[in-house]
Amino acid sequence: MMRASPARIVLYVISALVLVYLILPVLIIAPISFSSARFLTFPPPSFSLRWYQQYFSNPAWMQATRVTLTVALLTVVIATPLGVAAAYAISQSKLRIMRLIHMALLLPLVVPIIITAVGIFFVYARVGLVATMPGLVLANVMLGLPYVVISVLAGLQSFDPAQEMVARSLGMNRLRSFFAVTLPQIKSSVVAGGIFAFISAMDETIVALFISGGQYQPLTKRMFTALRDEIDPTIAAISTLMTAASFMLVLLASTRQKRGG
Amino acid sequence: MTTSVPDPSLKHQRREHALMLALVSPALLVILALIVLPVGWLAWQSIYHDGFTLENYRRVFTEDVYWRSFALTFEISLAVTVIALLLGYPVAYLANSVPKGWSILILSLVVLPFWTSVLVRAYAWLALLQRTGVINQFLRYLDVISEPLALVHNTFGTVVATVHILLPFMVLPLYATMQKIPGDLMQAGASLGASPSLTFMRVFLPLSLPGVLAGCTMVFVLCLGFYITPELLGGGRTVMVSMLVSRNVELYNQFGAASAVAVVLLLSVLAIFFVVSRFISLDRVLGQK
Repeated sequence: MMRASPARIVLYVISALVLVYLILPVLIIAPISFSSARFLTFPPPSFSLRWYQQYFSNPAWMQATRVTLTVALLTVVIATPLGVAAAYAISQSKLRIMRLIHMALLLPLVVPIIITAVGIFFVYARVGLVATMPGLVLANVMLGLPYVVISVLAGLQSFDPAQEMVARSLGMNRLRSFFAVTLPQIKSSVVAGGIFAFISAMDETIVALFISGGQYQPLTKRMFTALRDEIDPTIAAISTLMTAASFMLVLLASTRQKRGG
Repeated sequence: MTTSVPDPSLKHQRREHALMLALVSPALLVILALIVLPVGWLAWQSIYHDGFTLENYRRVFTEDVYWRSFALTFEISLAVTVIALLLGYPVAYLANSVPKGWSILILSLVVLPFWTSVLVRAYAWLALLQRTGVINQFLRYLDVISEPLALVHNTFGTVVATVHILLPFMVLPLYATMQKIPGDLMQAGASLGASPSLTFMRVFLPLSLPGVLAGCTMVFVLCLGFYITPELLGGGRTVMVSMLVSRNVELYNQFGAASAVAVVLLLSVLAIFFVVSRFISLDRVLGQK
């Protein structure tokens, strides 16, 4: 190894500072959530679970949590099969229109979310879907689809379609050969895509701000409103729980992806 | 009349096409109903209100509030992009030049905040930057300052938090591009007598430019539409375009004006993507390759 040159040392220092900047905000929330202080002080004066207690004993927060979990689960259940079917067709079909369709399915990533949100609000206002559960789920299915499609397409890239042909030539029909031969090989990407759709629905805020209301408000909308008014450490407790949930899900998704597919 | 015998392979192919279209159609339907139709509706609403009108666009392009907001949004996006590039390039470079284990660690640290909700991170920055926040308390403890600094509820706070959120979108394409630069090129430069900084400037930097372009495009475009961070950390004074849209809808019921602002924003984004696509593949920008 060469000795570190001055330029190299500068590189290390800058990179270290940037990494601290990236990580610090993620790490700061947990200590605040376990602090007994009403106002943010650091280091926290004493350990306490009062903000968690406040979260779990507040019916409004609990209702919002139920909405978030229901929406996220339904989003996965609907977006995953739709995304898998679409990705399969895009990768297998030689139709030229498929390229266009592929691009259309990635639109939710391209259009600024604020525009999507306002547009959906106008459409929902016409058809009576504002402040309803189906409205919220449908919007999140749309937002989650690209993640499933991208993940499954990546999985299908390493899959040899000839294998499915063999299964069919042995007498399996299309559907059975898909479930027996193709799906097991892309299972990891399907699971990863579903997990990303779940996280996307759990974290989604902007569309919910416009179209959710009444008893069907997800956690993020209530958090946003609370953050506008005052800084309530209860939000630190919720944030810590949400972050822990996201990290566990991502870990799950990445270990699955590593196992191939 | 003669009935033509259908070619079996052609018939098979047609059935295959029909099946594939049937498989893709539910997802496509969701996209059409929930993003194409709503955005189309916006566009229509921006030019039609009891007859065709360009009044909304006249307002967007002549009224001060709108102009200032668009100018501010482009300025902030530009600043965020430049800062993200300056912070992201060294990190990507380091990740590319250290042994595999270290680069995995660096990249995980970069992606980690990516998986925390934007809302949670806005909260964290409030906790860090506000007058009674962690940083002000720390600086006062060190006696560096006597009065708390105004670090948040202004443009500064917005930029700090926005760069934080968008930095992964800069580092990842940069790293992906740097990975493809053959290491022997640098060695060749050195063996020909060039100093490391000269090889970097003349060989490495130019070869990493596609990654720079991809990262900058993504960061700039995402920043143009940012909403949560400026709304929570801007203190009401940093009115970015997205906030203009939401206020026109929520506070003033100016649906036509809101739609026109949204359309101009969307066209700006599409124009940027179009221009960039002349130089590099969009797949690269969207992080698909």
